Amino acid sequence: MDAKQFLGQLIDVPGVSGYEDKVSKLIMKAFEPYCNEVYRDAFYNVYGKKLGSKSGHGPKVMLAAHLDEIGLMVKDIDDKGFISFTNIGGVDQRILLSQEVYVHGKEKLFGVIGAKPPHLQERKEAQKAVPMKELAIDVGLPAAKVKELVSIGDLITFKSPLVELEGTNVCGKSIDDRAGVVVMYETMKELEKLVFSGEVYFVATAQEEVGTRGAIISTNKINPDIGIAIDVTHGDTPDAPKSDTHAMDKGPAIGVGPNMHPKLTKKLMDVAKENRIDYQVEVAPGLTGTDARSMQVSREGVPTVLIELPLRYMHTTVETLNMENVKKAAKLIALFIASMEEGWEECLTY
Amino acid sequence: MSDLLRRLTEARGVSGNEDEVRQLIIEEVTPLADEVRVDRMGSVIAYKKGTRSNKKVMLCAHMDEVGFIITRIDDNGMLKFATVGSIDPRILPSKRVRIGDKAIPGVLGIKAIHLQEPAERERAVKVSQMYIDIGAKNKEEAEKLVKPGDYAVFDSECVYFGDNKVKSKALDDRVGCLTLIEALKSSYPFDLYACFTVQEEVGLRGAKVAGYSIQPDMALVVEGTTCSDVPGVDPHKHSTRMGEGPAISIADLASYSNKKLVSFLIQCAKNANIPFQIKESISGGNDAGEIQRAAGGIMTAVVSVPCRYIHSPSSVADLDDINNTIKLVQEFLKGCEAI
Repeated sequence: MDAKQFLGQLIDVPGVSGYEDKVSKLIMKAFEPYCNEVYRDAFYNVYGKKLGSKSGHGPKVMLAAHLDEIGLMVKDIDDKGFISFTNIGGVDQRILLSQEVYVHGKEKLFGVIGAKPPHLQERKEAQKAVPMKELAIDVGLPAAKVKELVSIGDLITFKSPLVELEGTNVCGKSIDDRAGVVVMYETMKELEKLVFSGEVYFVATAQEEVGTRGAIISTNKINPDIGIAIDVTHGDTPDAPKSDTHAMDKGPAIGVGPNMHPKLTKKLMDVAKENRIDYQVEVAPGLTGTDARSMQVSREGVPTVLIELPLRYMHTTVETLNMENVKKAAKLIALFIASMEEGWEECLTY
Repeated sequence: MSDLLRRLTEARGVSGNEDEVRQLIIEEVTPLADEVRVDRMGSVIAYKKGTRSNKKVMLCAHMDEVGFIITRIDDNGMLKFATVGSIDPRILPSKRVRIGDKAIPGVLGIKAIHLQEPAERERAVKVSQMYIDIGAKNKEEAEKLVKPGDYAVFDSECVYFGDNKVKSKALDDRVGCLTLIEALKSSYPFDLYACFTVQEEVGLRGAKVAGYSIQPDMALVVEGTTCSDVPGVDPHKHSTRMGEGPAISIADLASYSNKKLVSFLIQCAKNANIPFQIKESISGGNDAGEIQRAAGGIMTAVVSVPCRYIHSPSSVADLDDINNTIKLVQEFLKGCEAI
């Protein structure tokens, strides 16, 4: 399966934070051919363990990309069967009108998010975003049937399959951070071609969007020598400040700042330069909003690096990604792991 | 019926650029009509000769839909656009579109919630702030695929869901087009002109010339109309209600329906046990307004399928309402000659 096919499958499977059962199963199946062992824990973190073929004392490396996605949750069902909802993770209320969704009740129900028609609104209202609490999902069923099939607390995901845009760009929902999972998948394939020592844990982490909780649990469990977090960063768009975004066609971004280990980060950049893989620098003055923030302070501390894929329109249903960056990131990470020769401990020092 | 409705709603046809849907309609009506012509505005007129009288009855549904037109390509490869027809800009963020004859996919993005000021999250996004991203690196690359003046439509599949419901773009007024195609399957004593008009959404422009050229004795307009039986709307402001049958208009901002025709429609519905409702708001307007005044005063009436979330990529209608609209129009045609 190629990277784009895998991404297409991944984004079609629901996995709102805390409810990642289905997507974690799909990931386990995909990881199996390339790992020595694949398992998951009670939090739906998926672990793929891959051993190096070279003897010697290589590092224990843990990669983390989160498998959970933002979504919505049923809050109430009114007398006519309209479903009101709240958000799980950072959902922009302005994207919700006219959106297509699936309500995951006793059955998977298709629905659309509607609101009162514009001609019935006050003039002033047209200047304002429609607040989430005034929106409702219409599943086209009578109220009794809705109440039979749907319960308060049921999950709602967006319907937005992967579409190819111009060049190597694709768009869809939940590419944050299913694309990171695809980077791990591609890294496994790259590692098949390389000789390395030590062991690599590919961890698809749960509950990142609600506080990097899967990363806390899994890093504690693995206790790695080196942590590599893979997530997304903002791609450049005309309405966002240049300083907060990255070009879509200049490679993945490498994080720099207190959250990342300086010497290890430098080594990552050196590997990129030696292998002519282009990268950008993401400056993070404090904690990053990624799994790296928790990996770094797990147990006695884990030297951690961060690799990010530029993504336009993050947390919308039209997140846009350049697939080239997935390939580049995977290649870079694989070469970085293989570059850990005897004495690798040196790059974890200060 | 469901397959034809799918093809009708998924066909592209923004006002002024109705080529794809026009072609589909021509293919569908050609085997059913005695003569099919495209008038100077681009409307399709399917003529079915009457079996005995010379009376002329016009059925009218518009084939055009709301959408977009590309106004400029920026240096960064992003496309600026204007809306064609009335679209609430608040529905636009995070939607997909298809641009031009080649249906190039694009997205209407907005900057991520992480990059917004808290106050921005409460404000509606204006069309002037938005752009379409087709994934082009720069202007040069974008220009290979798109040019200013290209039209764009919502990218939205037709989905059958729930309890006999359909969701798609352009239900307004492809449900009317469907009704006309169904009507053409029968023969009538009078001459029937089924008009699939263009440019309704930008000012009822196709109907004006079609009405003038046909000069019918009476005209029945079949529409998709607003349905506001949704949360946050007082019941007395429900213009129509989903599932309660075709909506018969008394008046709207463009025309008053002819009283005799309205009475006859109600009588037809009652006699044939077809559920119906009276449209309870007078907002909006449709082709009846122009047909009525096109050539010295023509009797008109309007029957509509209630459509929730109209003028959006995900408008919703009830299949029973659609079927009952088809039935009501057929009942009307059976006896309208006597009016």
